[in-house]
Formats: sequence, C-alpha cells, structure tokens
Amino acid sequence: MLTLMIFLPLIGFLINGLVGRFLPKNVSGWLGTAAVLGSFILAVMNFNALTAEAGQLESIHQKLFTFLHVGSLHVDFAFQFDRLSAVMTLIITGIGTLIHMYSIAYMHEDDGLYKFFAYLNLFIFNMLVLVLGSNYMMLFFGWEGVGLCSYLLIGFWYKNVDFGKAARKAFVMNRIGDLGLLLGLFLIYSTYGTFEYQDLFSRVFTGTDASSNVNTAIALLLFIGAMGKSAQIPLYTWLPDAMAGPTPVSALIHAATMVTAGIYLVIRSEAIYALSPFANEIVMWIGLSTSILAALIGLKQNDIKKVLAYSTVSQLGLMFIALGCGAYTAALFHVITHAFFKALLFLGSGSVIHGMHHEQDIRQMGGLRKKMPITYLTFLIGTLAITGFPFLSGFFSKDEILMSAFAHNKLVFGLALMSAGITGFYMFRMFFVTFHGTYRNHHHAYEKVHESPLLMTLPLLVLAVLSVIGGAVNLPHYLGEGISGGLHHLLSFDGGGQFSPILIYPEHAIELSHTAEIALLAMAVSVFVIAFLYTRNKYVVKGSVPEADADQQGMGKVLANKFYVDEAYDMAFVAPLESASDVITEYVDEKALKSAVDGVGTGGYGLSKLLSKIQNGNIEYYLLYMVIGISLLLAFNLF
Amino acid sequence: MEIILIPIIAALVTAGLGKRSNVWISTLLSLIPLAVLYTYFTRFGVDNGWKTIFDLTWISENIRFTLGFDGLTGMLLLLTNLMVPVIVMAGIRDDENRVKLTALTLFMQGALNGVFMAQDGLMFYIFWELALIPIYFITLTMSGENAFKITLRFFLYTFIGSLAMLASLLYLFLHTADYSFSFEALRAVELSRIESIWVGAGILLAFVVKIPLLPFHSWQADTYTHSPAAGSMLLSGIMLKMGLYGLLRWYLPLAPESIEFFQPWIIGLSVAGVLYGALIAIRQKDMKRLIAFSSLSHVALIAAGIFTLTAEGLEGGVLQMFVHGVNVIGLFLVVELIEKSTGTRLLGELGGLAKSNRSFMIFFMLLALGTVAVPFTNGFPGEFMLLKAVYMYNPNMALLAGLTIIFCAVYIFRMVQFSMFGEGKHEVSLLKWNEYVAFGILSVAVLLIGFVPQLFIDVVHSSILQIVTWVSEAKGVLS
Repeated sequence: MLTLMIFLPLIGFLINGLVGRFLPKNVSGWLGTAAVLGSFILAVMNFNALTAEAGQLESIHQKLFTFLHVGSLHVDFAFQFDRLSAVMTLIITGIGTLIHMYSIAYMHEDDGLYKFFAYLNLFIFNMLVLVLGSNYMMLFFGWEGVGLCSYLLIGFWYKNVDFGKAARKAFVMNRIGDLGLLLGLFLIYSTYGTFEYQDLFSRVFTGTDASSNVNTAIALLLFIGAMGKSAQIPLYTWLPDAMAGPTPVSALIHAATMVTAGIYLVIRSEAIYALSPFANEIVMWIGLSTSILAALIGLKQNDIKKVLAYSTVSQLGLMFIALGCGAYTAALFHVITHAFFKALLFLGSGSVIHGMHHEQDIRQMGGLRKKMPITYLTFLIGTLAITGFPFLSGFFSKDEILMSAFAHNKLVFGLALMSAGITGFYMFRMFFVTFHGTYRNHHHAYEKVHESPLLMTLPLLVLAVLSVIGGAVNLPHYLGEGISGGLHHLLSFDGGGQFSPILIYPEHAIELSHTAEIALLAMAVSVFVIAFLYTRNKYVVKGSVPEADADQQGMGKVLANKFYVDEAYDMAFVAPLESASDVITEYVDEKALKSAVDGVGTGGYGLSKLLSKIQNGNIEYYLLYMVIGISLLLAFNLF
Repeated sequence: MEIILIPIIAALVTAGLGKRSNVWISTLLSLIPLAVLYTYFTRFGVDNGWKTIFDLTWISENIRFTLGFDGLTGMLLLLTNLMVPVIVMAGIRDDENRVKLTALTLFMQGALNGVFMAQDGLMFYIFWELALIPIYFITLTMSGENAFKITLRFFLYTFIGSLAMLASLLYLFLHTADYSFSFEALRAVELSRIESIWVGAGILLAFVVKIPLLPFHSWQADTYTHSPAAGSMLLSGIMLKMGLYGLLRWYLPLAPESIEFFQPWIIGLSVAGVLYGALIAIRQKDMKRLIAFSSLSHVALIAAGIFTLTAEGLEGGVLQMFVHGVNVIGLFLVVELIEKSTGTRLLGELGGLAKSNRSFMIFFMLLALGTVAVPFTNGFPGEFMLLKAVYMYNPNMALLAGLTIIFCAVYIFRMVQFSMFGEGKHEVSLLKWNEYVAFGILSVAVLLIGFVPQLFIDVVHSSILQIVTWVSEAKGVLS
C-alpha cells in the first residue's frame, strides 16, 4: 500500500508522458488528478494504520531493492512511513490534489496540458520519495528530482527566453545548495557509516564516536542544502524569478511543498542539530535575516505573484527561526498552515490573473471584488490567515514561533515580531490595491473581468476552510490541555523501539507565565491592527495607487529593486566566471598549451618533409601499410 | 577470437561491397559481436578472475596470443559492441564518405575488442596502435581544411605516449624470468621504487594522453570538433576508455610501487581538469566543442576516482566509463542530427527546435539529464561514488571536484536552452527508424543504469576487488 501510494503519481506521469498527447485534455487532466487523489486516499489509510488506537506503530518500513553496494557503501532503495513523513505526505497529496484539479481549468487553453500534468505528477512522485525515503540517499534522490521538476515547470512556456533563464537560475542555485548537502552526506557516511535514518540516529544518539565539531559541520552542510531549496540568504533569489512558471506550479512547488523541503531536512536531522548549538544559532539568524529582508522587499513589489513569492521567502525564514530555537513542532505547524493559506493565495492570484487575461500588475487592477466575489472572499481569508488575524490558522502557528523566539532570545523575538508585522503591510497593500478602489486597466475592459469557473473556485473554498480551521492541528496550551498540542503529541510518540520519536529531545520548555503569554498575544494582535488600519487608510480611504517604477525614490527605489542583490551577484560571481572562462579558453587552452605542442609538431613536420622528399607519396598509403604491417605481425605464427 | 575477427571481416566486406552496402547490412554486421559477447558472459561468467579464453603460441613460446575475459573486460566489450552498432546505425552521414567511415568503424570495433581482451603486453600494445590507425584516417581525410594540422597534433601526442609505454613494457619484459610478455609474468617482476616510478611513468604517459588528462588534452577539442560525427563518437565514447581501462588493467597491477608517488599528482591534475573543462564549456558556442570540454571534465573525474584506489572509486569509475560512453555518443548524435537538419551547430544561430520534433526533444533531454547526473539517470550513481571516493581521499578535493555538479548544470542546460527553447527559424526533421532505434538503445541505457546501477556494478565487482587487493598488497610491502 505504501509503495502504491508513492508510485501512483509516477504511473500518472508515465501515462500522460507517453500517450498524453493522444488523449483529450480533460482526460489527461483528470487522470493526473486521480493519480494524486488515489495517493492521498492511500496516505489517509496509511496514516490510520500508523496511529490506530489498538497497537500504534512507530513506522512502516519497506525495502524494495539494494540501490548500491560497493566497498563500504551500502544504500537501500527503501521507504519509511513515520509520523513526520505522514504529515508531509498528507500535505503533499492533499493540497496536490486540489491544485491538480484547479489546473484542469487554469491550463485548459494550453496545448501542452498533458505535459503539464505529466510534470506535476512527476513532481509529486519525487516529493514523496523525498519525504518517505528511509535514508539520506533517498532524500537526495527526491531532492534532486523535485529540483528537476521545478526547472521543467518554471520553463514550461519554453518559447519565452526569460522564463528559460529563470528556470536555469533556479536549478543552478539549487545545485549550489546541493553541493553542500552532498558533502554533508559524505561526512555523515564517513562519520557514522550509514545513511539509514534509524541506524544513523541511534548511533548519533548513543554513540560518542563523533566530536561535536563534526556534528556542527554536518549540520551546517545540510543547512546549505536547505538554503538552496528553501530559498534562504544567500540562495533565495531564484524563488521570485521562479514565478515565471504557471501559477498552479507556484502554488504547489514554490509555496506549499518543495520549498519546505529544507525545513523537513532539518526536522528529520534533529538528532544532529540538537548536538550543535552553534549550527542552531546560524540557522536562526539566517532565517531571521531572510525573513526581514524578504518582507521589506515585498513592500514595494507590484506583481501580484512577486509579492507572494517574497512573502513565501519571508515565511520560510520564520520557520527557520523556529528551528533555530529548537521549536520543531512550531516549524512543522507553520509548514502546514502556510501550505493552506499560501496555496490559497497563489491560487487566488491565479484566479485574478485568469479573470484579467494574464495581467499581473496590481496597479492595473482595482475594484475586482464585485466582479470576482468568491476569489475576493477566499483571498481575504488567506490574507487574514497569513497576517495573523486572531484564531485563524496563521495566528496560532506564527504565535508559537514568536513565543519560542521570546523564550530563546528577546532580541530575536523583537525582530521576528517586526518581520511578522511587515507581513501585514505588504499583504493588505496588495489586497486593497487589487480588490478595492477603482478599476484602472485601460487595455482590458472592466466588463470582461470575470469570476473563474467552479473547478478553480472549489479548491479555493476548500483551502479557505482549511486556512480558517487549520490551527486546530496544534492549539496552544491556554485553550485547554485536552485539545492542545495535537501535532506535538503526534511527533513525540514513543513506541519504545531503538529509535522512536521524531522529536528525540524534549522541546525547549516554553514556560511563560500567563501574563507574558497574553502580553505577547496582545503585541501580535496590535501589530496586525496597525498594519490593517494604515494600509486601509492609504489605499482604500485615500485611494492611492503604488507609484510607477520610474517614480520610485530613495529607500523605496532600493526596495523596488530588491536591494540590487541580483546585480551584485552578477558582478561578483557571474561576470568573473565568464571572464575566467574566456581567458582560459583564449590564452591557456588556445595559445599556451597548443603552441607548446605545435612547437614539437613543427620540428616533426620539418623532419617528415625531409622524409617525404625521399619517399614522395601520400600519407594515407603509409597509414594503410602500417595497418597491413601490424596485421601481419599479429597473424605471425598464428596460422 | 571471433569477437576480434568478425568485425575486421565485416569491415572488409563493407569495403568490398562499396556503394552496394547500406545501413541495414552494416548494422547487422556490427551486431554479430554482441551475440558473441553474450556467449562469453554465459560461458565464462564474471566471478572467477581473468580467465584465458584463447591461447596460441605467437612470436615465441612466451610471447603468446592470449585473450582473457572477466567482468572488467566484459563491461568494456559491452560498451564497444553496443555502441558501435549505434554509431553505424545513426551516426554516419549518408554521403560520399559513408562506406569508408563504416568500414573504418567496424575495423576499429575489432581492434578495440582486442585491446580490452589482450592478456599479453606486446599484444596489448599492438592492438592499442591498431585501434588508433582508423581514427587517424578519419581525422586526416574527413576533417576539413585543418585536417593535417589537427591529425599531426593528435598523432604526436598519442605516438609519444605509445612509445613511452612500449619502452616500459620492454623494460619489464627484459626483467621477466623467461622473457615473457604475459600479464602474469610482467606483474611478477619485482621493481625497486625508483624503477617502478620510471616504468610507471612510461605506461601512465600513454594513458593520460588518451584519457586525456590536463595538460595532455590539446589534441582533443579540435579533433572532436572537426571529425565527422562517427569519429567524435568513436573517440570520445569508446577510445578514451582505452586509457582508463589501461590504468586499471595494466598500470595499477604492473607498477603498484609507483602509485603512491603518482597518486597526488594524478588526482590533483584530474581535479584541475574537472574544473578546467567545465569552465571552458560554459562559454562555448559550438555544440561539439562544448561537448568536447564537458567530456574532458567528466573523464577527469573518473581518473581521480580510480586513483583514490578505493573500491568505490574503481567501481564507480568503471560504471562511469560506460555511462560517459552512452551519454557522449548520444549528445554527439543529437548535434549531428541538428546540424544535418539546420546546417549549423552554433548555439547563437539555433533556438526553438523543441516545437518541431517532440521525440527528439525527449531523447535530448534524457541524455542531458544523464550528463547532469540527475538521480534515476545513469550519470548519478557513478558520479556519487566517484565524488565520495575523492571525498574520502581529501574533502577539499571533493569540494573542488564537486563544483562540477553546478557548472555542468550551467553548460548543459545552456546548450538545451539555446538550441531547443525560445524562438527560432530552424526545424529538426522527423527521426528515421534507425535514429529511433539508436536513441532508444541509449535511452534504455540512461534509465536502466539510473535505476539499477548495482546490476552493472556486480559485473565488475570481483575484477576490481582483485586489483584493489594487488594494490594494497604492494602498499603493504612498501610500508
């Protein structure tokens, strides 16, 4: 059942990939959707088997074959369904199903629809391999596989050269991270002699054979991988560009699932991270800086998808703050709620883009709420959820992160709160400018703006409901012990095996007094209220519209240009590399090395000229004589 | 013996038939050795060392015509006899050179089979030379205006290398108890460290030129670029492996006392070569040149892995030799078909080919992914093992060599982008049956090795174990 769950999307990929172009579009689309839905149903069944009242299991383990067995290296192709991978699987296949369904309508005009679904299915398969593999090698397979699918889908509209560039940028930046991850894997193997999670972690946990420096090095190398995949400083610039892909791709890969793989990696490796306070500090500060930087940039973006992209980078940063503080449940909790509301927001933006016939600039929108009521309402819910409106999903998960930061370090808390606050400003700015005010697009008549079909609005409604109630997954203590901390209990389950819970070490005991907790909540809520009132006043009451790019000034210009990081990277890395390549080609390879050889050659050539005076003939014939001569020599004595 | 003679007879038949032969006939002829190889695998197996399967008195009682078979030889024979049909089938253009090129390719098939099976030092040397001759012909007569200069450079390099190897083999021969060239006798010669270094240097020179290792690679790019496609495929896909095979089969067992001396140099040069090739490939405009430098980079990693002297490095190396052959032949075929359809292989002049031919796009993508070493394609397992082996030798070296996973993605996807994507005025014509079959074989190889690499590793496992044991025994004697 486990294997079928993982391979169903691969079967979908094969069918659509091989015969998809002969199928009607609807068949292709529903086939792809069914594959993921089937996977989701099996995931639910597996999850029930895992957590059944009678006889709970730690994990379901299944080995298919030996992938490599050479010298000291042994790698199994095997899967492990435990509580962490179960949660990830449910998100991937659940949200995956909704986004597949949405894509049937969103992509219906595209001739490459079958190809689109084939790639989406392939992505789901690789993502499942990533979270369900029973060792780091399997994780790496999935890790690279999702990177490939991301490349293929960002560049899906391949005729556009810029999209192709964005796709390659994403792949190459991810590969930079992958090199770190790969070296981390080598270090793991040379230190502990296995990639298998269960053996490895029990060795890490019990053994003293590795110094803490080694564990720090492993943790940091793995984190380099996470920086690439989860778009953290300094490897975050690919994610905003990745918005070149069709919007469902942005929702599925670049918001809900793939980009959280870095978080998954750290949670999975908790045993190692727990031994390295230094690595945790690094993770936390990187997450924090990324979160603030991206949020600031988000303030001045006018492409609806770009705002969401920077928002994603910022939210991922928050998750890393939680990880750095040792609050693993909080991080995973935010992965879940973020998957709900960010998928919702992206699909909502897709619905807007669809209704506006491919317009993405929010300055060209306005007043859409009357034309697109369902999109408007669900987008509002998504916006409220991400900005921390009380008792929506994002409120709970974000507060948990803030509280863990508070318990860890007051400065970090202050900065994280600031980042969370900025979220409110850019999100409401985008929301009001898009849906309120007056319609501003002169190229595309207001009357032609339309609500999207049911196939698109239905996933929006489902995700909206989830964004509202998603907090129930892990309610805070102050709402009552009986109903709180569901996710935490799930992950800390200990079946008494050799390596049991996902969370080996107890979470940082966050023991805040009730007054402190309430004070923190009040601060979070007031930040939300300020952001809401300020943006509403500016964009609804005064009706102002973000300025044109050319009118940007001062700090606004710096933000609109994303701190010129892309330009700086070009100057610091791309240009020098290209010049180095040219210099080596021109001077070393062409001139220095060749002239050295040709020097010898000219001497030889002179000699051969001399010889050719004696034997005036064709070099071809000499070669032929050589062949005959050697052949005769070989045949010598043989017959 | 059949596996050497049949292709040579086939070459003669093709030459004799002249214009009357066609792709069908040549392909069928080139496939016969594959059937013979199958019987070798079933009859001799791969687990019991290097078995002599053919033995005749030749020049003297102790200079014999002996052929051997084991897993390592089997892998190389599989590469040769699987890839030559692919080249004959699809890589040879139907123009005035077709007959000549096909005959030379078939002749080379026989000679290469001899190289990989020779169990006698002199025989190895002769087959080694014999395998080079067809390629001289190809570059000399079919490489356009600079043919003479290019061939001369190529010839000089290989010729000097070969002479050095011959000198070393002779030195060993003179020190055998009974003046024998047999592998076992040569291996039994006890050398002092200094002697071993000189002998090793001679043998190594022939191999590093052939691999080629930085800075012995100057013959490579021009030869690949200007040769007809079949020539580039033969050279890069199969002939380079003569050098790597030579390292494993002849250098390591014959001069193990010199390994410690050369190890840091070779690994250093290899890692430098990995980066050097990749850096140059990033900016190439001619697709063939790009592939040539990519190949330089990939093959250097194999050499580095082999010189780590670990089972992972050696077995990963052999696997990657096979894989590199598949991928580079595939990529050259891709370029050949593009050039045949559009008249150019310059990236600046191409673009948008994807829309004209969907199956071609898929085949190209698969081969590109294999080259980039994405998991579940053939490039991954070998590259992983090689990098891991280098890591065990020295983590910093692995960091440098590992940069290839970034650079390779840059230049391969750049090549895909500027040929297949975007807008362009050219089209790739529909594939013919022979091109479908050729790409089909290559694609199966890409995916099969990607999913079940162990299947291939098991073939060479016991041969490699033997070599690793010899090397570590020699180390034990020294220390």
